[in-house]
Amino acid sequence: MSYTTTLHDEAHHHANPTGWRRWLFSTNHKDIGTLYLFFALTMMFMGGASAMLIRAELFQPGIQLLDPDLYNNLVTNHALLMIFGAVMPAAAGLANWMIPLMIGAPDMALPRMNNLSFWILPAAGTMLILSFVVPFFPGGGSQINTGWTLYPPLSVQVGMSMDFLIFAIHLLGISSVLASINIIVTLLNMRAPGMTLMQMPIFCWTWLVTAFLLILVVPVLAGGVTMLLFDRHFGTSFFDAAGGGDPVLFQHLFWFFGHPEVYVLLLPSIGVLSHIIPTFARKPLFGYKSMVGAMIAVGTIGMVVWAHHQYTIGMSLGAVSYFMIGTIIISIPVGLMIFNFIATMWRGAMTFETPMLFAVAIILMFTFGGLSGVMLAVVPADMQYHDSMFVVAHFHYVLMPGAVFGLFAGVFYWLPKWTGHMYDERLGKIFFWINVTGFNLTFFPQHFLGLAGMPRRIIDYNVMFTEFNAISSVGAMIFGFSHLLLLYIVIKTIRGGEPAKSRAWEGAEGLEWEVASPPPFHTWETPPLIRQEQTS
Amino acid sequence: MCRSFTTFSRLLLLIAGLAVFQSSRAEYGINFPPPAADVAQEIYDIHMLTMQIATFLLLVVFSFVIYSLYFHRKSRGYQADQNFHNTWFGSWSWVIVPALVLGVDLTIASNADTVLKKVWDVPKDEKLMDVKVTGHQWWWEFDYLDHGIKVESRFVPKEESGDLYLREVDNRLVLPTNTKIRFLHTSADVLHAFWVPELAFKKDAIPGYVTETWSELNREGVFRGQCAELCGTWHSRMPIVVESVSPEKFAAWVKDQQAIKVAAAAEASSSKTWSREELISKGKELYETKCGACHQVNGQGLPPAFPALNGSAIVNGPLEAHLNIVINGKPGTAMQAWGTLNDLEIAAIITYERNAWDNKTGDIVQPTDIKQAR
Repeated sequence: MSYTTTLHDEAHHHANPTGWRRWLFSTNHKDIGTLYLFFALTMMFMGGASAMLIRAELFQPGIQLLDPDLYNNLVTNHALLMIFGAVMPAAAGLANWMIPLMIGAPDMALPRMNNLSFWILPAAGTMLILSFVVPFFPGGGSQINTGWTLYPPLSVQVGMSMDFLIFAIHLLGISSVLASINIIVTLLNMRAPGMTLMQMPIFCWTWLVTAFLLILVVPVLAGGVTMLLFDRHFGTSFFDAAGGGDPVLFQHLFWFFGHPEVYVLLLPSIGVLSHIIPTFARKPLFGYKSMVGAMIAVGTIGMVVWAHHQYTIGMSLGAVSYFMIGTIIISIPVGLMIFNFIATMWRGAMTFETPMLFAVAIILMFTFGGLSGVMLAVVPADMQYHDSMFVVAHFHYVLMPGAVFGLFAGVFYWLPKWTGHMYDERLGKIFFWINVTGFNLTFFPQHFLGLAGMPRRIIDYNVMFTEFNAISSVGAMIFGFSHLLLLYIVIKTIRGGEPAKSRAWEGAEGLEWEVASPPPFHTWETPPLIRQEQTS
Repeated sequence: MCRSFTTFSRLLLLIAGLAVFQSSRAEYGINFPPPAADVAQEIYDIHMLTMQIATFLLLVVFSFVIYSLYFHRKSRGYQADQNFHNTWFGSWSWVIVPALVLGVDLTIASNADTVLKKVWDVPKDEKLMDVKVTGHQWWWEFDYLDHGIKVESRFVPKEESGDLYLREVDNRLVLPTNTKIRFLHTSADVLHAFWVPELAFKKDAIPGYVTETWSELNREGVFRGQCAELCGTWHSRMPIVVESVSPEKFAAWVKDQQAIKVAAAAEASSSKTWSREELISKGKELYETKCGACHQVNGQGLPPAFPALNGSAIVNGPLEAHLNIVINGKPGTAMQAWGTLNDLEIAAIITYERNAWDNKTGDIVQPTDIKQAR
């Protein structure tokens, strides 16, 4: 086929691939999006299982189920599986599925690289699981007992499982950088004629900012863990004070990645929310321009406040003042986003289907988490909160509503589009209520535990912390098992149900609702015409 | 959708209840324990201030959302206002909202900055009492630099500590009231963090660094804290107990400690030959406090991280290798150099290890042998 022709030539149309080839050799953005989403779901269950084991151990004081190293390894695994295995691939899955549909592009700009960026993930996931499994075998060395932050010198003491983990992080990083390059190129080159950047759907904007963040920070983490690898095996002393190195350097490298990472997790869900709330409030998004500005501001400021995770390392007064002010300033763009969501709901005609329920829960609970974040930003007070359960409660209140519930909402919102069937609304609402109740029951008491003096990541605690831990563990069991219902709803919807219209929701706006549900294998082979009044 | 409304209002009541709750002095177990130092009081106050501001903002946001949820619903026949974002308010909200938030931020930041300047830097123009706090896996070492005494502080097993398990130690950190104290934090192996909520703030113990905090206790009492930075297997077993006493009592305590120290040094450096029973009984006691945390009291260890000593090749092999690993440690593992112990202590521990459990070497190691081995 000539690459210069723009004519649509039916003669060159191949039959759609089927069987395993369809998935392994896939270059189709919809199939790759589906793969991403199922990979993320699998990893979410693994991460959730480790979290439930942690909470089961903490149900009562004393050491009942796990030994301390296994416990710490589960803490490490829970974080890595959830962040790199569940949330990021799920967000990438939504991006793959929806971005080409939303901007009227036939596919992603770099379809084969898209295939690569997904198929690295199962290998990386296997490595991650191996790092957990290896110590159970003779000669496997010790468990990874460092938590996901991998701070040296502790991480230099760990056995060979740490090397598995380092390579797994390399692979996961490569995958997300490739996906980010792909998304940036797609968004900048493949928009339908007439769609300017300021007419892009907000979800695309969030992913544009996210992709830039990923490209900027993931290599730093890769460099940091590579230095760790050299310290472990090749006799360097990057992080060893005895050899002229600096243990704090790793913390800076890690958090230079780690803090923008939280915005990487958060922003795609904010994008999803910016579509759901206008749909169910039946009025346009309030403040499109300020939303875009806020996102860019969050991304920019988020890059330069990493050290607020390390207030206790003994920085100078000037340094901590700067990081404190910077961190507090982030509340301005985030507050603007929340305000825009509320203003979108304001004077709308709202109905409360499952995605909207999640969206409202996100606004309320994410605000709560954000405000405890402002408390944590205050250096003197953080000297007491730091590394206590208060921090655990804070970031779960931010990341669960902010990232995971946003993804749930997105899945419920677009399931009719993906499968062509409406999901069971009653089950969806039941799932929402069980899930949100369990979540709040789990993490609300942890604020009090932290203030009363319970540190993070301890397997065993004094009896004075018993009650709140017990409540928290009960909540965690409810919360954990509720996700089986999500799985059931998704499978049930795929297998059948009430057929969805191409515009599955009454108030839905945007190009993705112009194609059939489910969309044909190839969409927008002829670019859509963008009407100028579609802007908001 | 009444159900959602009642749930949200319940949540709102809970938050409101909390707001009322924090106005009274919070009980133990919900909020910070009552501060015992001026710096800690400052921190407590700024914590309360931010918490109140946060609660207020939360109430504002919740009330707007809940009002909207209740009134702006399709089921009430409400017509969506399609032009709301084009009104004057819609055009200027991107300025108004950040300005309001900035105002709140500046309130918090300016207050925080004032407190920060007070508590962050150690006073430079006066003499402070220096305490060097060294974190080890998994015990604390406190050096009173001005008095030449050292306290090793380890957690006490559940049988002895009961309800204070994981918050109780064998040797407390005794500090005088009304004395400005500088804490110098460092670590012998991995990261730890010193945290006693009543005293002042956390500081990390970083190997190769010395970080400092300071505090001035203003009341007597016993204050408990824990290590707050993940430091490996028994991170949960690193409690810190501070006993705050009057300066007179403190002076008496220092005298006692110094006397004990002199006696122990004299005993260890004497060239007397110890009997097997003396060494083994002394060794058992020392082993159980210093080594038992990792290698376990029964010598079985926790493989793979902590090898068993019972039947191990090193313990049953040549004496030199055994001495070497105890005195110099094993780099890259949690086995630290125990050369800081005196000759008698090392001799007793090694004698005990080589004759305990199933190890039947029959070796007796004298302090003089250790002196040669160093």
